[in-house]
Amino acid sequence: MNTSEVGKQMQGKNTLADIALSRASNNAKGNVIAKDMEAVGIHAWFGKKHVLADVNLNFPAGSVTALIGPSGCGKSTFIRTLNRMHEFIPTAALAGQVMLDGKDIYEAGTDVTKIRLKVGMVFQKPNPFPSMTIGENVLSGLKLAQLKKNNTDELLESCLVRAGLWNEVKDRLNEHGGSLSGGQQQRLCIARALAVEPEVLLMDEPCSALDPGSTLRIEDTISELSQSMTIVIVTHNMQQAARVSDYTAFFLSDGGPGIMVETGETGKIFSAPTDKRTEDYVTGRFG
Amino acid sequence: MGITLTLIPIISIISTVVIKGYKGLHPTLLFKDMALASVNDPIANGGLLHALVGTVIMVFGALLISFPIGVLTALYLTEIKGKFSRPIKFLVQAMSGVPSIVAGLFILSSLVYPITKQLSGLMGSFALSILMIPTIARTAEEMLRLIPNDLREAGVALGSTQWKTVSSVVLPAAKSGLVTAVILGVARIIGETAPLLLVSGGGDSLNLNPTQGAMGSLPYYIWKAFLTGGTDEAFARAWGGMLVLLIFIFILFGLARFLSRSKVN
Repeated sequence: MNTSEVGKQMQGKNTLADIALSRASNNAKGNVIAKDMEAVGIHAWFGKKHVLADVNLNFPAGSVTALIGPSGCGKSTFIRTLNRMHEFIPTAALAGQVMLDGKDIYEAGTDVTKIRLKVGMVFQKPNPFPSMTIGENVLSGLKLAQLKKNNTDELLESCLVRAGLWNEVKDRLNEHGGSLSGGQQQRLCIARALAVEPEVLLMDEPCSALDPGSTLRIEDTISELSQSMTIVIVTHNMQQAARVSDYTAFFLSDGGPGIMVETGETGKIFSAPTDKRTEDYVTGRFG
Repeated sequence: MGITLTLIPIISIISTVVIKGYKGLHPTLLFKDMALASVNDPIANGGLLHALVGTVIMVFGALLISFPIGVLTALYLTEIKGKFSRPIKFLVQAMSGVPSIVAGLFILSSLVYPITKQLSGLMGSFALSILMIPTIARTAEEMLRLIPNDLREAGVALGSTQWKTVSSVVLPAAKSGLVTAVILGVARIIGETAPLLLVSGGGDSLNLNPTQGAMGSLPYYIWKAFLTGGTDEAFARAWGGMLVLLIFIFILFGLARFLSRSKVN
């Protein structure tokens, strides 16, 4: 389903719950090659500060899961534990397991670069590589991970098509990524993440630096990608969570470490949450 | 006001060098050495080919030594952030304060006297690189710190190793900054005279072999013309040498700016 349809439906239905329910009913999954992912008992620390406590969350194959919650509740930290980017920050520590297709990505002896190939990531700020052209940016993952691929032209096109950017850049693949607008740069980053064919795609507030039009384009892209991969998206925008996700998890920190308060189907979280704090948040009483 | 205060000395230096150095120019200046001429001979005798070539060889040699060491030091400080970061940073800062004559004396006592037992261009390059390494390391470090961490994260998140990310993403992004580091490094040493007096000497004839025998340089040529000559011709030679050195530096900087720009776009 694309966003314009969502837009039409939104005219008659105003609440977040309605948007989410209409999305769920329209969502027919295609062939899913995506993999299940499950976080089990995740705790995270920065130095001595305990920032996440005992998060358990399941991401079914081919689903879109939105992580919502006020700033500082640990949702970005959590998403970074799912591809081991958490450990990129000095002083960061972690306990718990992340099962990808039944195997713990933190198991001793696991090659972390292989994990990140399977679990791609799109960041908050668009960050195309400035020294590379648009085309080189898309294929940079192959070079960086030293993968061999034939038909790179085909791959280049298919990644850009899936990221919804092909028509805008097909005549200027040799220009630098910096010549694109912010929204185009972010879709370029999505295309770049797709080129190494991940099974799971993590998106850390991918639209927070973008204007509403670009945001809708990215949401279209997410809907299309969810046919073939498992997507986890952190967002501050509850409308966005309602529009794009199948499941929603609500995170909260009351000064101590962040916890996952409630999770469930997105329609249910926005219409009938079981926890009072979730209800207060999704109805806009705080956050 | 500030601009005037800055401009006056610069304009004064350039105009003095041009006015006085102009007299020292002659058609074969760049094509002859001083092997058959003394500094007091008429201007048209001899030239500074040996000095210009010597400067180019020694500066290039120093660059070959200093650039890898300086950039690797900067990478250690910005990318690896190992436990020796603080002492190394301190050492680099201390090194950038080393007087140039001390760098010359160090090479003289550690390499020239005990090992090679002769002056040479290579020894000059070694002495110059002691002065150049800290400049390149500090500038490269600052330039690498300007590269947003987002790019490193993006590289690593694509399944790259840290080294592959550094070589394919961070260093190319810092290219123009590294060119700046080279310019500043060259600028630091190109006019150095003291260490060269000690370790490379300054023959009057062209020497293309950096491993053997004294090698001339522009600063040495200027120094010698001023010190050993007493005639108008000798002074004209010295000023002419300065003019050539100045023009040489301008060309170098222009080239570096051009290179850094064309690499970015």
